[in-house]
Amino acid sequence: MLDVSVSYNRYKFLGYEFLTWLWFMMETEQEALRNIQNDIVSIDVGNRLVLENRQTGAVETVTIKGDDAGLEEARLALKKGAMVSEINLFFRSGEQKWQFTLKGESFHLSSLKIPETGPIEKEEDWEGAVLERIFLYEKAITVVRAIYERFVKLRIVDEWVNLVIPRMEKWVSGSQG
Amino acid sequence: MGILSASVSITRYAVEGDLKGQFIDTVLDGLKKNTISEIDQEALEMTAGWTSTNKPYFPDFDGSSFVVGPYFIFSLRMDSKKVPSKVIQKYVAMEITKKLNESGREYLSREEKKMIKDNITNMLYRRVPAVPDIYDIIWNYEARQVLFFSNRKVANETVETLFLKSFSLTLVRMFPYTSALFETGLSDSQKDVLTGLSPTGFLE
Repeated sequence: MLDVSVSYNRYKFLGYEFLTWLWFMMETEQEALRNIQNDIVSIDVGNRLVLENRQTGAVETVTIKGDDAGLEEARLALKKGAMVSEINLFFRSGEQKWQFTLKGESFHLSSLKIPETGPIEKEEDWEGAVLERIFLYEKAITVVRAIYERFVKLRIVDEWVNLVIPRMEKWVSGSQG
Repeated sequence: MGILSASVSITRYAVEGDLKGQFIDTVLDGLKKNTISEIDQEALEMTAGWTSTNKPYFPDFDGSSFVVGPYFIFSLRMDSKKVPSKVIQKYVAMEITKKLNESGREYLSREEKKMIKDNITNMLYRRVPAVPDIYDIIWNYEARQVLFFSNRKVANETVETLFLKSFSLTLVRMFPYTSALFETGLSDSQKDVLTGLSPTGFLE
């Protein structure tokens, strides 16, 4: 394996491409995305989207925040060549919902909120409560891992260049998904 | 920030290497040898060590209390003290004036000033209580995965160093390249393709 710091920097573009592809998939192929994890009912952009444009040498950042924020500026940034560097995701499985922010460069998860769990009333409740929460944290991680695996396996084959990129180019330009 | 918080940050790691002997005993040994020690009465600026997740101020790993189902659960505690430099400057100036008045001299040597500064700094650090930061760890031994409940750079670096020192195992952070390599089930030839990738753009 390559040196960790070298590989971190050399391949962080994979994280930006992944998050940009994920946004594309959420907008144009929800069903295909849900099929990656069968029990996912919906997966959408949450309350934060950050894009970075590195085309000019300097880094230009566009940040969209807020529960009902429009994504017009983000789309405009995409048209200028920006990539998604950070995305807040919101997904449902059954009646339960998860929300968290995923950073493209580091894959750090932050502001992760899981479905509500029961209160701890006695010391003996601690283990059970912790195991329940671990299950729910791992659920979010399993979803991210499964979607990333799909992306990586697509990214290393010709289908990426021949099919995915042309469709994403049209989506970015606004002509179609 | 911990497992039971309403909102958490997580850094994911893969664990490289194998524990020797009875692995629960080996982990217990590593935890005990590197348990946090109190520095409130010490002249230390910071310290870090393992503590119990449910009793972070009374670390106790006996009775395999850190084993919960298939997980090892414990926490990294980092205690740090901060004495503002202006406070140190003030006490040093006061002490220098006192010495000059007592001795009737006009100046102190550089060495004497340094000694006063060191003594004042030690005295102040002994007086200040340490501020604890606690970061929970969930280690799935079978899956060789660790969830660390922080994204803070200093906390990440500390847990990586202490984990290696305690258990002789390496934590490998999961970021786009390492996640693709470790977690997507790629064959060797697919890994070669991955390594040869370069960025693409999405502009027509």
